[in-house]
Amino acid sequence: MISPTTESDLAEAVAAAAAAGTPLAIRGGGTRAGLGHAVTGEVLETGGLSGIRLHEPGALTLVAAAGTPLEQIEAALAAENQRLPFEPMDHRALYGTNGAPTIGGVVAANVSGPRRIQAGACRDSLIGVRFVDGRGTVLKNGGRVMKNVTGYDLVKLLAGSHGTLGVLTEVAFKLLPAPESSATLCLHGLTDNAAVAAMSAALGSPFDVTGAAHLPGPADGPITLLRIEGFAESVAYRAGQLRELLRKYADEITERDDAAPWTAVRDGQTLGDAVGDVWRVSVRPTDGPEVRRRAGLDHPVYYDWGGGLVWLLMPKGTDLRAALEGLPGHATLVRGDEGTKARLRVFHPEPAPLARIAAGLRAQFDPQGVLNPGRMGG
Amino acid sequence: MQMPRPSQAILARKDEIVARLCRILPPEAVISDPAETRAYECDALTAYRCPPLAAVLPSTTEQVAAVLKLCHAEGVPVVPRGSGTSLAGGALPTADSIILGVAKLNRVLETDYDNRVIRVQSGRTNLSVTGAVEADDFFYAPDPSSQLACAIAGNIAMNSGGAHCLKYGVTTNNLLGVTLVTMAGEIVQLGGAHLDAPGYDLLGVLCGSEGQLGVVTEATLRILRKPEGARPVLMGFDSNEVAGACVSDIIKAGVLPVAIEFMDRPCIRACEAFAHAGYPDVEALLIVEVEGSEAEIDAQLARIKTIADRHSPTEWRESRSAEESAAIWLGRKSAFGAMGQINDYMCLDGTIPVSQLPHVLGRIGALSKEYGLEVANVFHAGDGNMHPLILFDANAPGQLETCEALGAEILKLCVEVGGCLTGEHGVGVEKRDLMLTQYTAADIEAQLRVKDVFDPNWLLNPAKVFPLSTTESRRAA
Ligand SMILES: Cc1cc2nc3c(=O)[nH]c(=O)nc-3n(C[C@H](O)[C@H](O)[C@@H](O)COP(=O)(O)OP(=O)(O)OC[C@H]3O[C@@H](n4cnc5c(N)ncnc54)[C@H](O)[C@@H]3O)c2cc1C
Ligand SMILES: Cc1cc2nc3c(=O)[nH]c(=O)nc-3n(C[C@H](O)[C@H](O)[C@H](O)COP(=O)(O)OP(=O)(O)OC[C@H]3O[C@@H](n4cnc5c(N)ncnc54)[C@H](O)[C@@H]3O)c2cc1C
Repeated sequence: MISPTTESDLAEAVAAAAAAGTPLAIRGGGTRAGLGHAVTGEVLETGGLSGIRLHEPGALTLVAAAGTPLEQIEAALAAENQRLPFEPMDHRALYGTNGAPTIGGVVAANVSGPRRIQAGACRDSLIGVRFVDGRGTVLKNGGRVMKNVTGYDLVKLLAGSHGTLGVLTEVAFKLLPAPESSATLCLHGLTDNAAVAAMSAALGSPFDVTGAAHLPGPADGPITLLRIEGFAESVAYRAGQLRELLRKYADEITERDDAAPWTAVRDGQTLGDAVGDVWRVSVRPTDGPEVRRRAGLDHPVYYDWGGGLVWLLMPKGTDLRAALEGLPGHATLVRGDEGTKARLRVFHPEPAPLARIAAGLRAQFDPQGVLNPGRMGG
Repeated sequence: MQMPRPSQAILARKDEIVARLCRILPPEAVISDPAETRAYECDALTAYRCPPLAAVLPSTTEQVAAVLKLCHAEGVPVVPRGSGTSLAGGALPTADSIILGVAKLNRVLETDYDNRVIRVQSGRTNLSVTGAVEADDFFYAPDPSSQLACAIAGNIAMNSGGAHCLKYGVTTNNLLGVTLVTMAGEIVQLGGAHLDAPGYDLLGVLCGSEGQLGVVTEATLRILRKPEGARPVLMGFDSNEVAGACVSDIIKAGVLPVAIEFMDRPCIRACEAFAHAGYPDVEALLIVEVEGSEAEIDAQLARIKTIADRHSPTEWRESRSAEESAAIWLGRKSAFGAMGQINDYMCLDGTIPVSQLPHVLGRIGALSKEYGLEVANVFHAGDGNMHPLILFDANAPGQLETCEALGAEILKLCVEVGGCLTGEHGVGVEKRDLMLTQYTAADIEAQLRVKDVFDPNWLLNPAKVFPLSTTESRRAA
C-alpha cells in the first residue's frame, strides 16, 4: 500500500506506477468500495493528505486536502452554521462498510443527496481541484472563487470520474448557510402518479422546496415527503402555503421537523438491509412511475428528486436496463456482486460517439491506464 | 493582440468553398459578399475586427452538421456565433474562417412545467427564454446584463452569469442537456431532462468551452417558478472597506440575498450624471435584493439592517414600491451605458476572494493613478466578481495600449490575491495571453488535450482561450 503524505510524493508514486505499468486502486476511506467495478491494483491511499486548508465563512468557501475525513469537514462547517449544499450520501449502510468517508471520495463519485434538486449536485458546488494525472503531473483547475470561467472546466470533468482521470489532492467548495429551521410535510396514502403530481406542484411553487421524496412501501401506507428550510418564520409561512396548495392531492397531511426521513432517503436505508441488487435510475421526474411499472410492481422501491431518481431493489442479476429500454435517462447498478456488475456493467453504457470521447479523455489523462483501471467499466 | 496569419491556400479557394456551402444550404443562408461579411467582423470587443471568409446561417441541426462536415474535410476553421455580444472577442473571425451563426435557430421546442424544463434552439435570446414561460410565472434564472440580445448558445459557450447568480447559479448550474454537433459533423446528445451523467460530465466540460469543442444547436434548460416578490435596498458607506465588511457579515449571518451589487464613487457619479437615479454621493454603495413573500422580505431586510447598522451606513433606502425598486436598479443597470456616454471603456471581469475586496480596490486606485486612466468599479460583491471599467479615449494615440496594459495589471492582481482572470465574460482573445499567469504550462496542456479529443484537427475557434504559442504546433498540424 502506498500512503503519500505530500502531493509531490503522490505525484512521484503515480509517475513510478505509470513507468512500471502498475495499476493503482485509489482509496479514500474505503466506504464506497462497492461503487463501481472492483479494481485490482496496488492500493494508493489518500489519508495522508488531510486537513482543511482554508475556510472563509464570510466568503462561503472551503478548501481541503482530498483525504480529509468528511466528518471533520462537516464539523468545521457546522461550527460556523454552514454546510456542503449537496447533502452527500453516506454509503456505509448500503455497502456494509465502516471506514471514514473522505471528501476526495465524495468528489470522485459526485455524490449528491435529496437537496440535489434545489442546490445542485456535488459538481455544482465544487469550484476548484488539484489533482495528479496518470502521468504523475500535478495539475490544477478552477480555484477558490465562486465565479470562474478561465479556461475549460476540468473541475466538472473530475467530479464523478471515479479516480480514472486523476488522483485528487485538494478540493474547493462553495458553501451554503445552514438553515435555522426545517419542516417536512408528509402526504399520506398517495399512489405513485399522484405523488409525482403533488411533488411537481410543490417544486413548481414559489416556496423553495429542498427535498421531494415518495416512499410507496411503509407498512402504514405510502408517504410523500416535502422539505422546506430557512429562517423559522419563513419556514412556518411556506409550510402553511404549501399545505394549502397540496390539499387537493391528499386528505391527510402531517408535519414533522426532524431529519430522520431525509437521512433514510439520502442513504438508501429503506433498501439497505435486504438482499438483492440496488439500482439508482435517473429520469425525467414524471417518468418515475413508469420506471417502477417496467421494473415490476412488487420490488422494493422509492423515489427521490421529485420522482426523477428511482431507487430499486431487484432480484440478483436482473437486467433492469433491458426493461427500461427507450426511456430517456440512465440506470446505475450501485450494489451487486462482482459477477453481476461485470455482466450488466455498473454505469449505463453511453452511445458510441460519447463512449469514444470518454475513452479519448481517459487516454489523454492516463495514457498507461494505471488509475483505477476498469472502475467505470470499459 | 495577435491573430494567426490566415491560410493563403484557403483564401485562394474562397469561391470554391462558398459554392460548396451553397450546395448544402439555402442560398440566402450563405453570406460571402465582402459588403455583407463586414457585419460579422467583430463582437462586442470592437477594438479588434476582421471579416470572415464567409458566414453561414443554418436553420436546422442537420444543416449545421453538413457545414461542419464540409469544413472538416476541407480544413477550414469555423467560428461559432450566437448574437455577437461577447466582450472577450470570442466570436472574432480570422480571414480564412467561416462564421457559423445560429441566429435562425430560435424556436422553443418543448415547455414542460411538471418537470420544470424548457428545450430551445440555441440561437434563442436569453430574455426570450424567460419570455416564453413568463405568462405562467416561470423564469430562466441566469440573467446577463446583455440578456435582451445574447443567445443561449453564447451563454453556454461562455458559461455566463448575471446579477442573480449568487442564489441561482450561472449557466452551467441551469443547463441540463444539449444537442451538440462535433467538428467532424457528428450529432450527439449530452444530458436531457433527467439529472447527472452516467459517465464523465461532458456537459460540464462543454459549458464554458468558448465554442472550441462543438457547436450547440439545442439546449434543455432548468426553469423555475418566480418568487412571490423581490425587494432591493440601497446602502451607502463612507469607505470601500466598510462596505466590503458589511457584505461579508451579511453572508456570514446566513442570509442569502439573490443579489449584492457594489458601486464605488467614480461609478456612482457617472451613473448619476447619466441616469439621474437619485443615488447618494457616497464612497461606496451596495444594492442588496431579497426575495419571498412580503413578510419574508420584511424579516430578511430587518436582519440585514441589524447587520448593516453595525457598520454605520450613511444611507439606508428600502424600496416601498415597484417604482422605487426600479429607481434603485436603474443606476446599476445603466452603468455600462453611462460609461459609454462619457468615454470609451474597457470592462474587466476578474474574480477575487470576497475578503480581498478592500485591498484590491485600494490597489486598483493606485494603479489607476500610475497609468493616468480613471477606473470605475461596479460588481457582483456577493461572489467577488469584479467589473472594473477603465475609461480611455480611443482616438488619443497610445491610450488603447495604456488601457490594455493597466487592464493586464489589474487582472494579474486578481490572480495574485487568489482569484481568476475572468468570472463570466470568458477568455476569448482578450485575456488569452494572460492565461499563464493563472495556470502553469502543464495546466494549460491538460486543457489542450481535452480539445484534442473533441477537435483533433483544431479547426473550431482555434485561436482563442490559450496563448497562441501554446497551441501553435496543434493549429499548424
Ligand atoms: C477491507 C477492504 C475491502 C475492499 N473491498 C473492495 C471491494 O469489494 N471493491 C472495491 O472496488 N474496492 C475494495 N477495496 C478498495 C477500496 O475500498 C476502494 O478502492 C475505494 O472505493 C475506496 O473507497 P473510499 O472510501 O475512498 O471511498 P471513497 O473515498 O468514498 O471513494 C469513492 C471512489 O472515489 C475514488 N477516490 C477516492 N479518493 C480519491 C481521490 N483522492 N482521487 C481520486 N479518486 C478517489 C475511489 O477510488 C472510489 O472509486 C477494499 C479495501 C479494503 C481495505
Ligand atoms: C452590455 C453587455 C453586458 C454584458 N453583461 C454580461 C453579464 O452580465 N454577464 C455575462 O456573463 N456576460 C455579459 N456580457 C457578455 C456576453 O453578453 C456573454 O458572453 C454572452 O453569453 C454572449 O452571447 P452571444 O450569443 O452574444 O455570443 P457570441 O458573442 O456570439 O459568442 C460568444 C462565444 O460563444 C461561442 N458560440 C456562439 N454560438 C455557439 C454555438 N452555437 N456553439 C458553440 N459555441 C458558440 C462563440 O464562438 C464565442 O466564443 C455582456 C456583454 C455586453 C455587450
